[in-house]
Amino acid sequence: MAFGSLDEVLGICKEEGLPFWKVILRDDTNERNVSEEESLRQMEELWDAMLLAASLYDEKEQSNSRLVGGAGGKMQAYVEKGDTLSGPFMGKVIAGALQMGESNACMKRIVAAPTAGACGVLPAVLVPYFMEKKADARQITEALYVAAGIGQVIALRASIAGASGGCQAEIGTASAMAAGAMVHLKGGSAWQIAQASAMALKNLLGLVCDPVAGLVEVPCVKRNVVGAVNALAAADMALAGIESRIPPDQVFDAMKEIGDRMTSDLKETGQGGLAGTPAGREIAERIGR
Amino acid sequence: MNIFEILGPVMVGPSSSHTAGAVRIGLMTRKLLGQKPVQAKIGMYGSFLATGKGHGTDKAVIAGLLGMHPDDIRIPKSLELAEKEGLAFSFEEANLRSAHPNTVLVEVTGDQGRELSVQASSLGGGRIMINRLDGIDVNCTCEMPTLIVHNMDQPGHVAEVTSMLSHKSVNIANMSLYRDKRGGRAVMVVETDQDIPQEALKWLEHLEGILKVTYINVGGE
Repeated sequence: MAFGSLDEVLGICKEEGLPFWKVILRDDTNERNVSEEESLRQMEELWDAMLLAASLYDEKEQSNSRLVGGAGGKMQAYVEKGDTLSGPFMGKVIAGALQMGESNACMKRIVAAPTAGACGVLPAVLVPYFMEKKADARQITEALYVAAGIGQVIALRASIAGASGGCQAEIGTASAMAAGAMVHLKGGSAWQIAQASAMALKNLLGLVCDPVAGLVEVPCVKRNVVGAVNALAAADMALAGIESRIPPDQVFDAMKEIGDRMTSDLKETGQGGLAGTPAGREIAERIGR
Repeated sequence: MNIFEILGPVMVGPSSSHTAGAVRIGLMTRKLLGQKPVQAKIGMYGSFLATGKGHGTDKAVIAGLLGMHPDDIRIPKSLELAEKEGLAFSFEEANLRSAHPNTVLVEVTGDQGRELSVQASSLGGGRIMINRLDGIDVNCTCEMPTLIVHNMDQPGHVAEVTSMLSHKSVNIANMSLYRDKRGGRAVMVVETDQDIPQEALKWLEHLEGILKVTYINVGGE
């Protein structure tokens, strides 16, 4: 059974003295009736798929619409000059988010996390961390269980689809998942994992899904960046001992309420918001919508 | 949702509904046809029609018809590959009313001459629903053995079907009933855990008040 609340997960962590990721792993073995080894093997395969997808980025490729392509390459070149405002690690995170978002738009193979449109957030923070040898594949696999567990609760209490909850449900959820994953990698507690996910999502509440011409390109690719950067900020806050005044489960419920009240032109229909601007309409017109 | 529905699927982008789901629809159509498709007329509807090109929905449906899965890196090249595989295809606007926004109508011919019309929708996250087969409402995923019975809306038909299944030791996983009006025509969609034997289906067909029996078993992905 998927967990209905992070409170429930934290309760089990406390009662049984288990880490967050292990509670999610054990639940998966029960729900799908598989062994721990089988579940872990599948998660390792997902990580391999993410790493492979990150390595196959090609800055020369453009999407069918020609709206996106090349930004990840530009960002990487800028980071390599060693003079970014946000520091070398954050620079790599930004480049990674752009690259995965662009690969997705260019019909390359990616891992939906939790959706294809938000596929850049988790690898953007995990891949550079792994490449700098701050974590090994086993630890990353554990972190993915943490991320999946958070996503599962959000999916149950609210939504992970832009069409029903807006972008907060996609990038917001991905950011909450990534924040929790990073807290785990830094050795934070289950409580801090939950706090990080709450703070990450709070910062993105209200974000609408307004894709220009209805395509997963503008603003989706760059919103992967804000999801990843925000995840690191939320994780650092939680690790510093800062807490969310609103409990995580109630933040998820607030996301659901906001999503329900969002009008349909702001939920993946390509009508309102950025899609409805003169430039957005012109693009839609030009590519023959 | 299990955790591998949250993380995953591994898929070719850009959209789980407009790309991955569309591949699955093509693939399921191929399985339902049971032959290698040689000709396909694809009608797009709603959001598939409006934004399908930008999402590669056209390439995705063809890729599925060629037998590819949603993570196949050849999906972007499927239109070229179709030529090599001898699949002739055309796209048009589907003339449907009040269908799901992400709907496609595929009319396909196999290499042994079988023809089939499949209306299907992509529900999000790569999940799909087969809405109509050869014009008959089915509304099932077709991923499990599925029995579709059209009958008169009279007492006893559900009992006939379920007791037959019980007799053959077939377990029901999901079951839904629809009817147009009281005493009118009814449809029963039964998804089962086991295969249903042919002779049981034949027996069912001959019962009074049973109008049509359709059975689909193509296996999951």
